[in-house]
Formats: sequence, C-alpha cells, structure tokens
Amino acid sequence: MKVLMKGNEALAEAAIRAGCRHFFGYPITPQTELAAYMSKRMPKIGGTYLQAESEIAAVNMVLGASAAGVRAMTSSSSPGVSLKGEGISYMAGSDLPALIINVQRGGPGLGGIQPSQADYWQATKATGHGDFQILVFAPSTVQEMVDLVSDAFDLADQYRMPAMILADGMLGQMMEPVTLPEEGGKAPIEKPWAACGHGGKREHNIVNSLYLTPDKLESLVKERFARYEIIKEKEQRAEEYLTDDADVVVVAYGASSRVAKGAVNKARELGLKAGLVRPITLWPFPADALNRAASHAKALLAVEMSMGQMVDDVKLAINCQKPVHFFGRTGGMIPTPAEVLEQIKGLV
Amino acid sequence: MQTVFQKPSVLTDAPMHYCPGCTHGIVHRLVAQALEELGVEGKAVGVASVGCSVMCYDYFSCDMVQAPHGRAQAVATGLKRARPENVIFTYQGDGDLAAIGTAETVHAATRGENITVIFINNAIYGMTGGQMAPTSLPGQVTQTTPYGRDTNTAGYPVKVCELLSTLDGVALAQRVTVNNVKNVNIARKAIKKAFQNQIEGKGYSIIEVLSTCPTNWGLSPTEALKWLEENMIPYYPLGVYKDVEGGVKK
Amino acid sequence: MLFAGFGGQGVLFAGKVAAYAGLIENKEISWLPSYGPEMRGGTANCSVCISDTPIGSPLVTNPNVLVVMNLPSLDKFIDTVEPGGTVIIDSSLIDKKVEREDLNVYYVPSSALAEENELGGLSNMILVGKLFKEICTAGDHSFCTEETLDAAIQKCIPARKANMLDVNRKAVALGAQA
Repeated sequence: MKVLMKGNEALAEAAIRAGCRHFFGYPITPQTELAAYMSKRMPKIGGTYLQAESEIAAVNMVLGASAAGVRAMTSSSSPGVSLKGEGISYMAGSDLPALIINVQRGGPGLGGIQPSQADYWQATKATGHGDFQILVFAPSTVQEMVDLVSDAFDLADQYRMPAMILADGMLGQMMEPVTLPEEGGKAPIEKPWAACGHGGKREHNIVNSLYLTPDKLESLVKERFARYEIIKEKEQRAEEYLTDDADVVVVAYGASSRVAKGAVNKARELGLKAGLVRPITLWPFPADALNRAASHAKALLAVEMSMGQMVDDVKLAINCQKPVHFFGRTGGMIPTPAEVLEQIKGLV
Repeated sequence: MQTVFQKPSVLTDAPMHYCPGCTHGIVHRLVAQALEELGVEGKAVGVASVGCSVMCYDYFSCDMVQAPHGRAQAVATGLKRARPENVIFTYQGDGDLAAIGTAETVHAATRGENITVIFINNAIYGMTGGQMAPTSLPGQVTQTTPYGRDTNTAGYPVKVCELLSTLDGVALAQRVTVNNVKNVNIARKAIKKAFQNQIEGKGYSIIEVLSTCPTNWGLSPTEALKWLEENMIPYYPLGVYKDVEGGVKK
Repeated sequence: MLFAGFGGQGVLFAGKVAAYAGLIENKEISWLPSYGPEMRGGTANCSVCISDTPIGSPLVTNPNVLVVMNLPSLDKFIDTVEPGGTVIIDSSLIDKKVEREDLNVYYVPSSALAEENELGGLSNMILVGKLFKEICTAGDHSFCTEETLDAAIQKCIPARKANMLDVNRKAVALGAQA
C-alpha cells in the first residue's frame, strides 16, 4: 500500500533506497525535514549523517565522499545553495557525480521561507563559476520526487557530473501518497577513477579541477561539452498534456505546473484549447517537446513562481517562432488556477 | 654500489615547481617517508589545498584530491567518512587553513575527525605573490602590508596550534620546523606520529611546520632560515601543544 | 478542506487524519501545511485535498470545508469558503456567529467538551468527529465510512503513542454526537 509522506522525507528515503549512505547538510527552512530524516535513518543502516559547520563545508564533504567513489548528497534551500556553488563548480570541474537538492524559497538575500522558483537561473545557468552544466530535475509530485532521486544518482554516475533536484517549499512540505522503490535496485557502476587508495595495484588517481595550461583546460571543457550534447539529445524529459490540439500551450514545471494543469483543465471545460508542457528536466531543457507543441500552437505561456526565468529558455527552445508570454508570482506567492485561467483566456 | 640515500616511493618522479630554498620539498619528503614506513601508501589519499602546494597531487604517488580553497579538511572529512579504512591527509598552507578555511579547520578538529593535517606556516601568501597571511608577523612587510603589518588595522597573527589545542577533539597538535637536521628529525617523528594516530583511530592530528618563503620574503635561502629562527620561532614556539595518549575517540 | 487555528491545537494532525482516510479509500489526496515561524504560537493551517482526479495545486484557496479553531483564522478564511460549503467551528473559543447565509455552519464547543471529558488537547479530534459525521461519511461529498476514519486514526498515531488511540476514538465519538 502507498504511504503518506512529506516531500522532504520522501526525497531522503528515496536517496537511501538508491544506495546513498553519505549525507552532509546544514539546517535551513523549508528543507530541514530531509536532514532530520537522514539523522534518524543513517545511523541505523551504517551510513553517515553529518551536520556540517556550513553549507560550504557540507558540499565539500560531498566532494570528498564522491571522490572516494560513494554516492553522496547534500540538501538545502536557496540561500544555502548559493553557498554550495563553489563546491558544485569544483565537482563539475573534477567530473564528480553528486546529488544536490534545492527546496527553493523566496529570494534574493534571506528572502522568505515560502515556496519559490526563483533559483531557475542559478540551477540551469550559474550554479557556480566556469563553463559547466549540471543535470537539473524538477519533480511536481511527491511520487516524482521519489522516482527522480534514483534517476538523478544514476545519470550523475553515468555522466560523471553533479545532479540537482530543484524542488520548492510546497513540494518539500506537502504530503502525498507514494510508492517507494525496493532498496538497491540497480548495481552501482564501477568508478575506476575514484581516489580510494591504489593498493599498489594501479597508478595513482588524481581528482582535480586545476589545469594551468590553457589548451589543456580548453580541451577538457570541450570534452565535457561534447558529453553535454549527448545528454541534450538523450536525456530531455517533459510531460506533454493535452498539447496535440492546443492553441495555447502553458509551460510550467514543479509546483507551478500543478497550478497550470488545474487552469488547463478548467480552460478545457470552457471549450478553450489549452495544453501544458511540463519540463521534468530543466537541464537539459526539453526543447523537443516544446517544438512539438509550438508547431501548431498560437501562443505559449510560461507560468513560474518567479519574475520570469525559464521563459527565456522557452523562447530559445522554439527559436521565437511563436509568441511566448509570461505570468508569474514571486516572493513565496503561489499563482492560483483562476489567475492562470485568465491569462489563457486572454491568449485564445 | 651501495645505496645510501633514495627517494621515498611515495614521491613521484615529477620535477617539483617549488622555488629554491623553499621548505615544501623537505616536508613532502617527510610525509612520503612516513607513509612508506607505515606501509600505507596504497591506502593513503591526500588532499591538496589551494596555494603553492596545490600541485602536490603530482608529487605524491598515492591517490590525491584537490580541494577548493580552504575546504581541504571538509573534503578530507568526506573521504574519511566514505572509506574509514583509508589514510587521509591534508596538506595546507596558512592562507588556506587559517584564513579562508578557518571554519573547516576548527570544526574538523572539534569533531575529532580521524585525519592527519600537515600545516605549512610560512607567514605569507606564496602562490599569489607575497600578500599578508593570517600568520604574518606584526610589523612584517608584505605586498599588502607595505608599511609592515599594523596590528591596529590588520590584527594579530593566528596561532593555530595554541588555538586548536583548546578543542577536545584534537588528539595531537605539534609545531615543528625544518631549519636544521635536529629539527628535521623532530618533524619527521611528529609527522609519522600524526599518521600513526590516525591508523590507531585516535582522532584529529595536526602538525604545523614553520616554513620559509625566500622568494616572497625577498631573502636568500640562508637569510630566510635565519629570519625564521629570529622572528618566527620566538612568536610561534616549537613544541607539543596537545597530545592525548589514548586518543579522543571513545 | 482547510484546517486552521493556533499552532499547537493539532490542526495539522486533524488534516492528516482526513488525508489518510482519503488514502485508505484510494482517492487522490494531498496535505499541505503552513510552515515556518507561524508554527510557534501563531496561526497554523493545512490544506487537504481529497479527489477522484489528480490534484492540481495542493494549496486550498477556496475550501469546500473549513474547520476552524480560532477567531483570527475564522476572520481570515470565512470569505474564501465556496458557496454552499461547510464550516465547523470550535464555538468555545470563537464567540462569533457566521454572517454568511450560503454556508452550512456547525458550532461545536469542542475545547469545552474536551475539558469536561478529560480529553485535554483533543479538541481537534472532536471537530474531526463532527467533520466525518456530517461530511465525510454522509451527504454529497461522502467518501468513506466510520471504519475508514478509525483506520486513519490508527495510521496517524505512531506505535509508541498507541495508548492515545482510545482517547482519540472517544473524542471522535463525542464530536459525532455534538
């Protein structure tokens, strides 16, 4: 039978079931239940829960554990994720897998503690300094939070890069029924690059992001970007809802996609041809799904809990072939289905 | 022919980039020697920090990880928690350990993290060209204290061994130097003990090595050693600051 | 449904019981609490959706049912209730009548009843009893039976607090009769 779980706790349990035994974190609302859950479970299963002195220390502990070849993760909320940017950049530059969870809250600065999607730019474009990307997943239900955790770990390992689950305070705090996966589904992949002691059996492994020769650094970055192209081709995910005949295509992810879907349903009841493209991966951005929907739509409408961050990617993905409008609330405000419906009506 | 001297196997053949008269080379050798004597090269993972010693990952033949500036002990914590059977050490300078990485240092120490920390204190930022370090002496002229370190505005040096020895998680805190044969021998024993402690699960061990930076001090190698003896050792007395025989782990 | 009151009155727990009842009946459900500093002595509320179709926004802005345990929450939410909706009020703490005439309002002196029956802190469950009697197990919106409610309560009370089961049942029964 399904169990009722908070999003934050479901993320934690899913990570454990995906084989993660090393969690390093720092308390911050609204993700703290995740760390609290880990502190309860990890000691009982021989894992590590460590409350670090800072977000910076926590992410670098993840770097160390990941360098040693184990599955490691950290979680935080917006201001804390800013601090983690350094470690994420180093992990990207060292080709290390890791899972970072951001249960977003309002910003900038200390901002607020209510749900927000104002870290889209940070997650998809500027998690840290340098030329790099990370995988970004955007669940919209507690069940999807569970499902995406193991996918995020698997793909992070496969492509040797950090992955982020970009959630928000609503998803973290809400309870929904979930089915949890069996523990230890897939066998962990070999990590011959790990710094875990060579045992006299091989050359020494170096996990490093420093390359003082420009041509060497350029070639490594280019190699990484070649990998990104493969990811863009193979790993895009989106839900396409009633888009086949939609005149107005709403584009929304995570919490705001739930609101948007409600509005699309209401629009259909009124006989308006509305549909929804819900990006599940924010990087790689699901350009294919958007182009399919945009090919026959009259207009697109990005709905976000921000001042408009994903909307630019929507325009880029469809190369501005159709008008792309925006509606958003920010600062912890959650748009209502009625507000979104009004926007749809205005575009039909 | 009889071999009377050889390079420890834990050092690679890569030519070191350190300046003439810099003591990094000696300390590298002492670390390598300790790992070799304890027979843990195959289990050792070193953490290189940001600073002159950043490229020590090329010089030690054990597995190596290069950490963000100041975060070496957080990275070491992750490595050790992931694989407690490994022997983990950090190799950090004063800017890394006692300025940008102060929080990571203090908290790894107070957690009694079972790692070995090699701390090079040369009272200056070497890699970036000779700016004031947290351990620069009062009155010391550096690129960013051109009139000498004014304690009214730039504050006082951080005495790392003294500071850390107040923490219950620290098993061993010792300050050594490598200015002469006698002191090199003391340093050799201290570094070996710091690794031995980890192997025995005793907890956090730190060896602070007073070191020279002839290039950025603007002195010849010989003058640099003399400056260290006359200025640094009086301010940073050598010795054992803390040594918990049974370790700090219950 | 929206459950609202002061932090500490058990509004989140009451909502959880309702959500579990929905889960047991294989409904689509969601439970969303207010969170943050307001949990500590301020107003607390939780949104519960129980539906036959997937739930969009879990944030209930226009509830069909409002269970309300203090005056600030009544003032804040009363105008948001859907016309024809239901309001269940702890009338021992809220000395005010609802002016809207398009709502079904039940006044239950739950805090006083809890006190009289030595069920301290279970005012919330008395209101839950009323909610299930009037809405969840009867009428247009009914979706479950009394047995479902009992099973939901069992789900919500952790094993280490099993001794609390009977008093919760007693509170629910009181509420049903109120």
